[in-house]
Amino acid sequence: MAKYDFVVAVGGAPGQGIETLGKSLGQICARYGLYVYTYSAYQSLIRGGHTFLTIRISSEPVANHGDEIDLIIALDKNSIEKHLPNVRPGGAFIYNSDDVKQAPERDDIQLCPIPYKKFSSGIEDRKLQRTCLNTCLLSVALNLVGADLNLLKDIIIGALLKRKGQEVVDANFSVADAGFDHAAENFTKFDTAFEKQEPALAFVDGNSAMAMGGAAAGVKFYAAYPMSPSTGVLHWMAANARNLNIMVRQCEDEISVINMVIGAAHAGCRAMCATSGGGFALMSEAIGSAAMMEIPIVVINVQRGGPSTGLPTKTEQGDLWQLLGASQGDFPKIIVAPTSIMDGFDTIPELFNLVDKYQCPGMVLSDLTLSMGFATFDPDTINWQPEIDRGEMITELGPMEEEYLRYQITDSGISPRAIPGVPGHVHVVATDDHDEDGGLISDEYTNPHKRRDIMEKRQRKMEGIVKHLPPPTFEGPEDADVTLIGWGSTHGVISEAVQMLNDDGIVTNHIHFKWLYPIDEDVVNEVLANSGRSIIVECNYTGQFARFLRGETGFNADGHIRKYDGEPFMPHHIADGARELLIGKTELYVPYQEIVV
Amino acid sequence: MAKKERPIKGAPTAKDYRSVNPDWCPGCGDFGVLAALQTAYAELGRGSHDHLTVSGIGCSSNLPGFVRTYGMHTLHGRSLAVATGAKMANHELNVVVTGGDGDGYGIGGNHFIHTMRKNVDLLYIVMNNETYGLTVGQASPTTVVGETSKSTPFGNIETPLNPVAMAIVAGATYVARAYSSERKQLTELMINGMHHKGFAFIDVISPCITWKGDEIFDYWKERVNFLENHDTSDKAAALEQAVKTGHDTQLGLFYHDTSSQSLDQMEPVLEAGPMAHQSLGITPEQGSAIIKRMM
Repeated sequence: MAKYDFVVAVGGAPGQGIETLGKSLGQICARYGLYVYTYSAYQSLIRGGHTFLTIRISSEPVANHGDEIDLIIALDKNSIEKHLPNVRPGGAFIYNSDDVKQAPERDDIQLCPIPYKKFSSGIEDRKLQRTCLNTCLLSVALNLVGADLNLLKDIIIGALLKRKGQEVVDANFSVADAGFDHAAENFTKFDTAFEKQEPALAFVDGNSAMAMGGAAAGVKFYAAYPMSPSTGVLHWMAANARNLNIMVRQCEDEISVINMVIGAAHAGCRAMCATSGGGFALMSEAIGSAAMMEIPIVVINVQRGGPSTGLPTKTEQGDLWQLLGASQGDFPKIIVAPTSIMDGFDTIPELFNLVDKYQCPGMVLSDLTLSMGFATFDPDTINWQPEIDRGEMITELGPMEEEYLRYQITDSGISPRAIPGVPGHVHVVATDDHDEDGGLISDEYTNPHKRRDIMEKRQRKMEGIVKHLPPPTFEGPEDADVTLIGWGSTHGVISEAVQMLNDDGIVTNHIHFKWLYPIDEDVVNEVLANSGRSIIVECNYTGQFARFLRGETGFNADGHIRKYDGEPFMPHHIADGARELLIGKTELYVPYQEIVV
Repeated sequence: MAKKERPIKGAPTAKDYRSVNPDWCPGCGDFGVLAALQTAYAELGRGSHDHLTVSGIGCSSNLPGFVRTYGMHTLHGRSLAVATGAKMANHELNVVVTGGDGDGYGIGGNHFIHTMRKNVDLLYIVMNNETYGLTVGQASPTTVVGETSKSTPFGNIETPLNPVAMAIVAGATYVARAYSSERKQLTELMINGMHHKGFAFIDVISPCITWKGDEIFDYWKERVNFLENHDTSDKAAALEQAVKTGHDTQLGLFYHDTSSQSLDQMEPVLEAGPMAHQSLGITPEQGSAIIKRMM
């Protein structure tokens, strides 16, 4: 089978059920064994406003929402006007013909007007009639892509029969059949159709993937304050708390969130929380306290556009320096940016093992694109039993040769950690700096030699941590004209841009950073030595990663591609930028966002 | 500042809970509170490792360093949040939170309200001296109107908080006021507060002689009265007593709700035992069930 690569987009108003429609289509694709990646451009409104969901479907794994749209479903009048130009020539545009007096005009695409009022006239309940529109228009789309309508019907039964009853299912089925049959009679199918391939896939969003990773890692305590775009982690945890025995607490603010997490972690739980930039700012002081008390915690920051309240529903990679600089003073910490939705799943257990071993805070830098995007994965590849290594933790009284010192000075900097409740190990942990036994050295006992010893003990842990962190990944030919360098969520879109450039005869490779801090200068420089003309790609204004990399390694990139308009990169944005940078037109390329929602 | 743990032989006494000597100013009210707490811990009859003493920042928040239990000396104002996390992670621990009025009613005010609302099973002891002592004497949330301090050189114009009244309204299920010099009553309130299942709160008048002068003890002696003929199950009556201030300030247990369940009692995931002792990760069966919902 030739590679199948097809993009469907759905436009409509918030509250019209676009997410459910997208999920249904995603699930149908997953049952076909087709890979899916979705991106939702939405606004911070529950009603009113506009949402545009892009769903890319492929016979091969796919990690970005692509460059072109083959088929658009317009759920309201606004979407007809707004998105008619966004379909590629030769594509199709499905809309409710009741919405417009005059048919939209474009002669290079197939227009698919659906007389929905006529199809739904048998549904008496007005509200039900309205909500069935999505089913009808999706059925038209399924016909055009050659998909089996019965898969949608299965999903409808699963979602609605128990919850809403037979009448609602019947109403959905009637408009589904009407739409599907109407399309068969009146419209032309796309040349390539859905074809089943093995295995059937599962469909998940980035926030859920990280929450699942937490559950697999043994998270027993999760706390949160709702904040877009991180709230999905809370929702997953709350929904699964009882089944999986996870304590989930919603707090009065993010300060409470992280301090509760610290308390729970000190008492022996693996504890985690997630927030976005503003909430993370409130957590900053406590990040340092976890490092000072040497309590392992994991904090996820799902970045949205900043500064301040910023862009609550738009993406950015603008919090790197916030994480690097979070909290006063010097202390050991780990920062990691997952590179794909399912990498988010794997990252959490990896990070927990590190923070448990080194008793320090670990921070995950996700963003809206990664966290709120959906992707398919092969369920057989998921590792529900990752290694769990809690490090040097004392959970019961064993033979004791000497007095227990919580912050014992060791070569590794790691001091065995007794949890409260264990006899024979009573101690105080303090946010003031302290001696080996926890006694304060900040007040009357201030002692420069002790302070130096304990600071060096803590910081020695960094030497251990850095040895565990894999170097940045290197993909593509050794000798390349161009090297694209990225970090975190942009891995998928950069990879595709690399392929586009290579197809175009521009030899290109790709260096990507997942583990951001600490960095081993020598190891990283060795990887960077493979660079051709180097271009750093990132989603912020000031080139936060470029400046960080220069500071840590002395590496100066030749050019930069940056986006800070709130929308994620599309592959051609990066490929076009690389071409312009190559001919020396500019040193900084800022792509133009074509699709405006 | 070593604090060696000696095994307790026989019934524990207050002495078993002594640690290093406090670095408080001589004559500070907090000495009385510490002594009462050491007695209360001993009276409870559990091992020193079964208690967790959590504090924030300030003079009184140095207390965990002076008592021989597990301790956490957390950030300024955050003790209740940390203590809630620890308690919910291991509800078998006896968790006591100590601190001052600036720490608890000022910077930690938000946590104070919500920890009460949630009825977390903690004993919270606030050493209320109506000043920021460690930062050398500024007005605090409980400083009375008219008082001069380093931050109110022309007299305080802001209304002080009434923490006892606030606690009754916010949902605390054991609410008391005590005076550091009335050691017997204070100790009893602490012991009963530890036994109480739910959020127990004691606002302890603990005078600061450094910033208020030696006469502060005489000042309070004239103002405190023992609460008498009061029904502690009557919330409205409790509030009526709590709002009395000045020369009519009442000491004792204002409110005691013995029927409401504490947060850990209501939390089904604790049926399998303390979170900190539960097995980690998820089973392949649980994993398959999760996957099934995503296909």
